[in-house]
This record gives sequence, C-alpha cells and structure tokens, in this order.
Amino acid sequence: MSGQPLLALERVSQVFRTRQGQVRAVDDVSLAVEPGQVVCLVGESGSGKTTSAKIAAGLRRPTSGAVRFQGQDIWRMDRNQFRGYRRAVQYIHQDPYASLNPVHTVFDTVAAPLRHHGLVRGHAETLRRASDLLVEVDLTPPENFLFKYPHQLSGGQRQRVSVARALTLHPLLIAADEATSMLDVSIRVSMLNMLKRLSADLGVGFLFITHDLAIAKYFAWSGHIAVMYLGRVVEYGPTPTIINAPRHPYTRALLSAIPEPDPDLTRHRDRLQLRGVDVASLLHVPSGCSFHPRCPLSEQGLCDVLRPELAPIDPRRDVACHVVAREKTEKVVASHPEGAACGPEVVASHPEGAACGPEVVASHPEGAACGPEVVAS
Amino acid sequence: MAGWIRAFGSRRRNNKPVAQTVGTSLADLPGQPAPRAVAGGLGLLAAMARNRAGLLGFIVFILFVLIAFIGPFFVPQTLPADLKAIYQAPSPQHLLGTDSEGRDIGIQMINGGQSIILVGATAALLSTLISITFGALAAYLGGYVDTLIMLVADVVLTLPQIVLLAVLATFIKLNSPWLLAAIIALLSWPTLLRAVRAQVLSLKEREYVEAARVLDLGTPRILFLEILPNMANFILMNFTIGMTGAIYAQVGLYLLGLAPLAGNNWGIMLNLAWVRGAIFFKQSLLYILAPVLAISLLQLSIVTMTRSLEDIFNPRLRGA
Amino acid sequence: MTTVGAQPTTTPQPAAAAQDEPILSVRDLCVEYRAAAGIVRAVEGASFDLHAGETIALIGESGSGKTTLGLGVLRLLPKSGRTPRGQILYRRRDGRIEDVLKLPNEELRRFRWQECAMVFQAAQNALNPVARVWDQMLDTVRAHRGARRDEVRERCERLLGMVQLEPQRVLHAFPHELSGGMRQRVLIAMSLLLDPQVLILDEPTTALDILTQRAIIEVLRSVRAELHFAMLFISHDLSLAAELADRVATMYAGKVVELGTVRDIFYDPKHPYTLGLIKAVPPVAGDLFEISSIAGTPPNLLNLPPGCSFHPRCAYARGQCTTDVPPLYAVAAGHASACHYWSEVQLSRKVIDARSGSLLPAGEAVPSPGEAAG
Repeated sequence: MSGQPLLALERVSQVFRTRQGQVRAVDDVSLAVEPGQVVCLVGESGSGKTTSAKIAAGLRRPTSGAVRFQGQDIWRMDRNQFRGYRRAVQYIHQDPYASLNPVHTVFDTVAAPLRHHGLVRGHAETLRRASDLLVEVDLTPPENFLFKYPHQLSGGQRQRVSVARALTLHPLLIAADEATSMLDVSIRVSMLNMLKRLSADLGVGFLFITHDLAIAKYFAWSGHIAVMYLGRVVEYGPTPTIINAPRHPYTRALLSAIPEPDPDLTRHRDRLQLRGVDVASLLHVPSGCSFHPRCPLSEQGLCDVLRPELAPIDPRRDVACHVVAREKTEKVVASHPEGAACGPEVVASHPEGAACGPEVVASHPEGAACGPEVVAS
Repeated sequence: MAGWIRAFGSRRRNNKPVAQTVGTSLADLPGQPAPRAVAGGLGLLAAMARNRAGLLGFIVFILFVLIAFIGPFFVPQTLPADLKAIYQAPSPQHLLGTDSEGRDIGIQMINGGQSIILVGATAALLSTLISITFGALAAYLGGYVDTLIMLVADVVLTLPQIVLLAVLATFIKLNSPWLLAAIIALLSWPTLLRAVRAQVLSLKEREYVEAARVLDLGTPRILFLEILPNMANFILMNFTIGMTGAIYAQVGLYLLGLAPLAGNNWGIMLNLAWVRGAIFFKQSLLYILAPVLAISLLQLSIVTMTRSLEDIFNPRLRGA
Repeated sequence: MTTVGAQPTTTPQPAAAAQDEPILSVRDLCVEYRAAAGIVRAVEGASFDLHAGETIALIGESGSGKTTLGLGVLRLLPKSGRTPRGQILYRRRDGRIEDVLKLPNEELRRFRWQECAMVFQAAQNALNPVARVWDQMLDTVRAHRGARRDEVRERCERLLGMVQLEPQRVLHAFPHELSGGMRQRVLIAMSLLLDPQVLILDEPTTALDILTQRAIIEVLRSVRAELHFAMLFISHDLSLAAELADRVATMYAGKVVELGTVRDIFYDPKHPYTLGLIKAVPPVAGDLFEISSIAGTPPNLLNLPPGCSFHPRCAYARGQCTTDVPPLYAVAAGHASACHYWSEVQLSRKVIDARSGSLLPAGEAVPSPGEAAG
C-alpha cells in the first residue's frame, strides 16, 4: 500500500460568480482521506462542506487547486484513469426522496450501473447481484423491495437503496452528504450502524458531511473531524480530541451551543458566547480571519488583517487561529527549561519543535536564531 | 428500456408479495411478453377512466380512428359522379346529402378521415422526435451545442410558414402524405423544442441525475433513460397537442390549395366546397359543415382526451 | 365550572403548580383524516394538561400525530380532518372555561392569536415576501383587535427587543433581507403581539444551524421568563425538550405513550419507545455511550397493529401487548406510561469510552488527547 492518501484535496477553491458578487464557497481547503478511513466534515450552512464533498466526488470542478486520487489529479486524467476514479469514489445524497428516479424500480436503479459497466452478464446474474446488494444494506428479504417504486418505500429504505447503488461499483470511498439528516431518529442509528459495518467489512472509506456533531461523534469516533467555517477548515484532528477538547473558538462555540438530550447537563453548562448574533454571509467574508467579528478571542490588528493558516498545534491536531497558535508556543517556550534562550538546536530537539510554524517562529524572541530549515524539520 | 416499457405495464404485479426464493421470482419479472399486453390494455383503460371528461374525449377519439381506418373497408372508395343528384338534401339513401358532383357526402366523410389523422399523427410524431432529441441535447450539453441549436430553432421559427409552403409547393410535388407530414413537422418543431429544453434544464439538476453522473452512466443513457422518462407525461401532452396543430396546418394547406388535391379527405372536401361555391346554396350547407364539424369534433376530442393523459405515466397513480 | 372528571388514569399534576387549574386541558382528543385509502386516525385519545407558565414538549417522529394535535388545538385542521371525540378546555383570564372545539366562528377567531398563538413549522417562509415586517405586524394586530398605530409600534419594538432583534433594523426590512434565524424570531415576536396565554410552536428549530438554534432557544427562554405564557412545543428533537420543557409527552402512532416531568422522561423513562428514543440520541459532550436504534419501521396509520401500536418494534412485548391497547398507567405522581410492562423498563446505557470530557474554559492546559477506543 502506497503511503499516499486515497483522496486528497490540495488547496482547493470554488468560486461562484453571482449577481451580488463573488462567492468563495470553498476557500483554499486541503484534506486527505486515507484508505478505509472516516473523515467527517462538520459545519453550518454556508461552510462549504457540501461543495467540498462534491468536489471530492468529482461532481464539481474546483476553480483552483487539485483533487488527487491516489496521487493523480483527476481533472488531468485520461478517460480510463478517470473511469477508475469514478468507480472508486461514490456519492450519497441527503434527500432520500429526490435521489432515486421516480420512474425506476429499485431493481432498475441498482441494475443500471451493473449493466452499464458490464459487471454482470445476463438477467439472472443481475438479479442475484442486485439482491446481494440489498441484503448488504439490510433490506431483507430483497424480493420485497426489488420491484418497488421509490414512492412505495419509506425514507430510510430509500436511503438504503441509495447506498446499495453506491456500492455497485465496489467503491473505495463514499462521500455521504448528510445521509441521515432527513431520517427519523429511530432509523438514523441503524443507518449509521449499517454504514459503519460496511466500512469495516468492505474497507470503504467515508467522507461524511454533517451539521450534527452528535452524528459526527458516533460515526467517526475512530476517524477524523474537519470543522469548516465560511469555506475554510478551521480545525482538524482525531474525533475524540476535537469533541472532547476543541481549541478553535468556533469549534468550542459550536460544541457548547449544541442542545443535549440531558436536562441537567444542558441547562447548567457554560456556553462560549460569541460576539454579535448575525451570521456571516459568504458574500461579505470578513478580512483576515473570517471568524474574527464573532470571535471572543479576536485581537485587533492581528485577526482582522492576517488570515490564519491551518497549522498543527499538537502533533495530531491542526487549528487555524492566531491566538491559539500563539498561546501554544508561548506555553511551549515558557515551559522549556531554557526559556527565552532558545537556539536552533533547542528548537530542533524540542518535542513540539516540528509543530512551530514560520509566523510563530518570527514572533518568537529568539526568532532570528531559528531558521526555516529547523522549522521544516 | 425499462422506464418506457413500464408505461402501460401492469404495476399491480409489483405490489404482490413475490415468491420467497429469488429463482421463483424470475417468472414474475416485468419484461416477460404475452400476458402483459392484456393487462396493459386494461391498465390503460383504467388510467383513462380516471377523468370523466377525458374518458369521453378518449372514446370519441377512438371512434373517429375506428371509423376513419376501418370504415373505408365497408364503403366504396371511389364514387361515380351523378349529375342528376347535385347538392341533394339528406335523404335515406344519402344520409348527409350529396356534393357538387352528386356523390354521397357521408361516404366521403368516412373515407376522408384516414389521411387527415394519419398525417396529423405522423407530423406530430416527427416533430416530437426532432424536438426531443435536439432539445434534450441542447439542454444537457449546453455551451456551443445549445447556442447552435437554439439559433437554428429561432431561424425556423421566424420563417413565414405560409409563404415557405407556397414556394415549396411549386417545387416539390406533395403527392405523398408522408411528405406533407414531414414538411409540417419541419416547420413546427421549434416551439416544442424550447419547451423540452426548459424541462430538461430543470430536470438535469435533480439529484437522481447527479447520482447517475457519479455512477458514470454516460450522457445518452442519462438523457434517454433517466431524464426523458420523467418527462413522459410532458412529451405525450405535447405530442397530442401537436397533433391538433398538424391537423389544422393540413386543413389550412388544403383549403388554400397548397397541398395536392388528389385523393379525398376532409381538407379536400373543404377546398372543393369552397371553390365550388357550396356556401351559396342552402341545400349544400352540409358539404361544408360536415367536414368542418368533423374536424372540430376530432380536435375537441383530442384536447379533452389530454385531461386523462396528464398523469398517465406517473408511477404514483398506477396500481398503488 | 370545574374540569371534567379525569379518566381512570390520572393526568399528572405538575410538581409546582402556580394555580391548580390548567390553562389548557386536552381530554381524550381524537383527530381523523379522510384519505382516499380509508380513515387515518392521526390522533387517538390524547390527554394532557398545560398549566400557566408551564412548558410542555410533544415529542414524536413522523406519523406520531404531534403536528396534528397542535393544529387541532387551534382548530386549524384541513377540510379532510375531523375531531369526532374529545374536548379542549381552555381557561380564560377571567376564569371562564370553554371547549375550543365548540366555539362558534367569531369567538374562535378571537381565540386564535389573542388567547392562543402558533408559530408554524418551517416558519421562515411564512412571512409575506412583498410586505415589510412592520406592515405585517400591524396587519396582524389590526386583524384581531383595533389599536392605535403608536401603541402597536411600541409593542412591536418591545417584543422585537425581547427576541434580540434591533427594531429599527428589522421593522422596515423585507423578509428576504433577514436571515432564517431572524425571521424565526420575528415570527415568535408576531405570535406574542396580542399577549396570548398559550403559545404553540411546531418544530421551532428544525432546519436551523446549531448556533442559530441556540439563539432561538435562549430567546424562547427569556421571552417566556418575561411574559409568563404557557408553551406547547412540538418537535422530533429530544434535546429541545431537555432544554426548555417542564414536562414532556412522547407520542407514537397518534397516541400519547408517556407523560412526565422532564427529569422523569430523560432519567427514568417507563415506556419502551421513550427508552428507545433516548438511547438513540446520546449527548455529544461526555462519555461515548452505546447507541441503539429502534427495530422495525414507523407505523402505517392506515393499518395499525392490533393491541399496542408499538408492539412489533418492542423488546418487552409479549402476550397482552398484541391484544389489549394499553391505557396510560400511573407510574408515579405526575408520570404516566402507556405500557403494560412499564415496571420492567429501565434506562441503562453502556459506556464505550469514558471521558472526563467537558469543555475547557479558555486558558487552561490542553490535556494530551487520549487514545480512541476501538
């Protein structure tokens, strides 16, 4: 297995031109999904998560940046390579009522890709494979569902048919856009469990988009979460880390704002208050850090001027925030026995050393003594 | 082809619990031939019956078709001229009276519908096929293809049709009904194309179309098997209305003498009646009225029939 | 006039009642729709009491009948809906009690909005897009009660302030100039214009982002504290009930299956459906609980199972459940469950990954991220 991620977005941007101006739905986003891994994209509306997922699935071409499948840019592939990519990366829509063609039966829907790509020969085999797929998504007995029309199925059942359809080409990665948001609570869990089982059994990776952090927590507990705001990734890391100890002020605000199904917990917790109640609009993205007008940690002169890069502040977690990054290096430096008398060898030998970013180094008292090669290593 | 074939299939099948093992269920699969035809016919009738006015229109239309196509087998094709019986009033021998040459109008009426209906249907069919193909392509592919097709459509739309037909009539001998149908079709497709294009533009953004793209099903398949089946109702309606347009176009052409006056149909009857001054005689009123009424009634039945046709392809309304 | 005698299973009394008599008392309400395929019993024998200043949450999924019940209280059902049985007893400010179902049209019109107001589902689109907010608010007041412009203006400004909106900015705006959350708040303000005693909200936070939801929840809390109205809100979201409700009623297939205080429902549920719901929606903060779904599919209201409607999906179902429709058994004071075997229902959840987790206030040391289990 190569060390490359299965699918990577490299500094991808998607800019829409509307009558009111330019909308940067996705702004310089970089993400990677390893084979068999689960990555959750979390954010509110306007965060760019759906657009990012569509870019990852090849449904939208980014205005800049590259989408790499096993290292290769998909928009520069030839026909055969692109076909390989197409089979490997699939997409599930949010709305179970719109994602199935109303004039096709379940069998038609599932058999279409099987037949078109020559994966089956003859009617009997098609039927058999379609039935197997339905069993795979817990629609048993399959005969009860094969010849039904979408309007005869419930939302949960339709969504499962969607998943079965996505599995027809043996994908390596499925981008699921809010796949459970429109389902009833009681069905949501069995759907998630089914997806988790598929991930374990078939080794399928997931790029899971959701605005519901509880779902993200449960689905991606052994995976990663990327929190998005106004088209940018503001925090990225393993799910337990992000959920239990978030560092970016937006993530913290989100987590503290979620209503919990536990009266004692939810009525007596402290919430991170944001400044201003207005939601930012993609048409007027604030300068510098896009979150600064609402951020309680915002510092004038820094946050409204300079855009923070997504940089590691722990060995395992990336955050895009000036203040948090600075706090962390201050702590690092303060806790070090050598304190202010840092030299390049000290920085290099420091466990946190590799996580220092160039702007942090520049602001460090010993700044001039550290060189970029130290930081890079 | 499943989506199209399914149109008149018996969907009641699909709701019955199918046998336990997959093997047995093969026998119940749609796509099996003979028995479905009968079930299909009944299904169609049931569907038409959903709207009373539509059913009435449908029945009248079927009557017209039967009389026009089967009637001629029971009546003489050519009638001898009988100059002693010019413009006679209706009588037991001549139910609708006689024309300027003493020929029975009733018999001419029976013989006269075939050509009109056939040319009307053919012209509508051709026009629909052209506009669907190019309208769908224009909408789905967009860009240069779209611009080009719309340009051609606009040009054809702005051509003065009567003038063009008059010119064509002098160069081409329109002695075949198929040729006439083709010419009418060639002049009427732009309007329908715009409507098809608008529909496809809207449908192509649907999620199931996007899902088909993700599965790499290819443009032809997506257009013809994903998008168009969802427009089946729309296409049928347009075909039906197109038929009325083609019938009027034909009759207009005959009346103006631009179409060949060989043979016998309602349009020719109108032309002859007009030219031979039937409107000036009280007894000969029927010679003009009969074809006029027949044509109007036919058009009315077609238009009324559409009420039942509106949702005929909607899977929700069939056998649930 | 005293309230009608209670049924064998008592409708619970709230722990701390401001007044003994409830403001709104729904007794054995049945709502049915005539559909082409038959009669749909959307609500079957629902009973509960709403006291002054209290908040009740009606929780259920699609097909549970909760929205129908809410609409039924205001008699806003579509033409195909009928209420063949039941009473909705409303106590006016002067103490008179009337049955809403028997109100004549003119009085019903006055009842609606002046006594009892409603904020509908997907309300963000309920505002007239071509009229300014001020005009709509003025219209609302004028339609129900004549009033002077400046009085109305003052009240509007006060209410908009209470919902955290700037009156100057919002009053002269068109709805499309406001965000979804702002429109929702405008609608909440509009519903309170005539000072109703009861406010019904149908899915007030669905389709809103987390932060906007939070703002609405806080707004509802503060407005409720200031104006002291009784609130009935309908939702599929259990968390909302945990935030705002004093008492909760869970509904399934048109029936109220459990009724109790919010602590009863969340910490000691006694109906398998409520239990299932709670186990399906675990908290984000804190330990990683095992989640489980409820087996089976939602009920088909045209073809309900015999006996208890929930029995095909219930882990506790046996014999009696398939034949006898369970009444609301009294579990404790103020807590009732419609389950024959309610005493066996216990909430226990496995912790997959224990966390000391709560959010850290700014400035504290970051703990090293623990390893994820499994």
